[in-house]
Amino acid sequence: MTAHYLLRRALGLLATLLAASLAIYGGLFLAPGDPATLLVGGGKPPNPALLAEIHRQYHLDDPFLTRYWHWLTGMLHGDAGTSLAHHDSVAHLIGSRIGTTALLIAYASTLILLVGTALGTLAGLRGGRTATAVTAATGTLMAVPTFVSAVLLIWLFAVRLGWLPAYGTGDGLADRLRHLTLPALALAASWLAYVAQVTRSAVHTEQGSEHVQTARGRGIPERLVIRRHVLRNASGPILSVAGVSVAGLIAGSSVIEQTFGLNGVGALLVQSAARQDLAVVQALALLTVTAFALVNTAVDVATAALDHRTPIGGARP
Amino acid sequence: MIPLLEFDALRVTLPGPRGTRRTVIHRVDLALAPGSAVGLVGESGSGKSLTARSVLGLLPPGARVDGDVRFDGASVPAMRPPELRALRRGGAAMVFQDPRAHINPLRTVGDFLTEALVSVRGLTRAAADARATALLDEVHVADAARRLRQRPAELSGGLLQRVMIAAALAAEPRLLLADEPTTALDVTTQAEVMAVIDEARRRHGLTLLFITHDLALAAAVCDRAAVLYAGTLAEELPAHRLATGATHPYTRALLAARPDPTVPGAKLRAIEGRPLPADEAGPGCPFAPRCARATGTCRTERPEPRPSGDGRAACHHPVPLEGSAP
Repeated sequence: MTAHYLLRRALGLLATLLAASLAIYGGLFLAPGDPATLLVGGGKPPNPALLAEIHRQYHLDDPFLTRYWHWLTGMLHGDAGTSLAHHDSVAHLIGSRIGTTALLIAYASTLILLVGTALGTLAGLRGGRTATAVTAATGTLMAVPTFVSAVLLIWLFAVRLGWLPAYGTGDGLADRLRHLTLPALALAASWLAYVAQVTRSAVHTEQGSEHVQTARGRGIPERLVIRRHVLRNASGPILSVAGVSVAGLIAGSSVIEQTFGLNGVGALLVQSAARQDLAVVQALALLTVTAFALVNTAVDVATAALDHRTPIGGARP
Repeated sequence: MIPLLEFDALRVTLPGPRGTRRTVIHRVDLALAPGSAVGLVGESGSGKSLTARSVLGLLPPGARVDGDVRFDGASVPAMRPPELRALRRGGAAMVFQDPRAHINPLRTVGDFLTEALVSVRGLTRAAADARATALLDEVHVADAARRLRQRPAELSGGLLQRVMIAAALAAEPRLLLADEPTTALDVTTQAEVMAVIDEARRRHGLTLLFITHDLALAAAVCDRAAVLYAGTLAEELPAHRLATGATHPYTRALLAARPDPTVPGAKLRAIEGRPLPADEAGPGCPFAPRCARATGTCRTERPEPRPSGDGRAACHHPVPLEGSAP
């Protein structure tokens, strides 16, 4: 792990984000429909003069690269433009909702990392019936789509048992967490199962490895064998899938926020896409890609730090 | 004298498919006097490694042991986990064949050497480091301080095997189990590593169970040689008599199969037939299908080990030694 490697990763991240921003901005303009018609509103046939005026005001007729540059520099200054549907600044729309989404993702990530790795480790170490039970349970969880598990969770915990709220965001941290429990569970379920299965397999492989046998053969206490040799060496693949799953949560949060009536950026994305609210969709897409790329880069760097054998490029033979 | 290590009709079976048992060791009787070196010789799959592993209770999951392995009079199969750990910590230590697979690749050489010292013996970090440095010096690894900070991938196979030997010595064991410690190394490195093991054995008065498929090496390093075939001890005799005093047809055939470097162009003589996996051995002598001296008895009745020549052989028709009475 070198400063050179970190620098290269940072430059790579920047290049990825630049390419993504170009794709996001360009892609939405290829979509059919004219955003100017939205501003006119109502069922009236659009007045061509009015449309032209809107086009001028919103720079809709400038050359593509000029518009892209204008948009990108605005983004970097925290000015993501104005929502045509909400008549509000995009920065304000996102800023007021991002807390809920961030809390939801953090909650679900914690569940995935703690419960997923714990279940997988247990199954990997115990083997036999425990492993079979965990594999069956996680296999089922992986097969159930998020929107189905959301409905099932609401039915059981909110309707039948009445333990947890099924709707809304709540006030204060404790109440917010209570409101976010069912959404976080629904969001985490399949990823948690995925992490548990990969953990089980990685732990199982290390359990049978020769260096673990050496450690046991030297009379090292079992808990140290598990911590320093089994889990330490299994941490690479576990970290990789955990990273992918946290990145996946960012994308998956839209469905969950819609289902549970949470006022987060995921729900905002769905609504804005349906209403052709270009500025909002572009800003949220860029935000999602940025979060995704950041998580992936962080996981790559952490993997290289954990295992010095990770090829980190540079001088290749 | 009470042997330090004694195999008493050792038999090991592993779980096979659909509830069957697969026999991997049929019968091994062997005693190691304190301070002696015994070479365990045999082809791949003859059960050498499993025999050695049974001493540390390191058999695969589901393995069942009949007969007995006694270390200093205590039955290893009967040991409870704490006793087994005590045995592994100070009684017997093992040097494995492939150090690259048997040393955790993610941790440093220093971690590997000091782990047991710190976690088991309660040494401080600094004391353990000093001890590890001294151990590396002892096995002739130069620049010990730097080696401690390196990882296994940065060391050559020969160096890594010395690290493994140093780690085994760190336990201050009475018995050293060396499972083909030089097989994965090139020839010159083999000689160096062998010299390190021999030197450590003499300095610490260790008892050595040395597993190899190299008859000449066993004869050179050990006091006694034990020949294993298909999970059965075929013959045991003084190592210096291996070349001339073997009476078991299998040992004789093994010796004849060695290339003779003094005769250029001489044809290699392989043993007829194929080596028999232990679990395919029938009721008779496992070597009978390949043996020129085999009779009907050999195919139906398993020979018990009995005195033969200067040692013991499990054979119905041992080869008579020249000059001795038939």
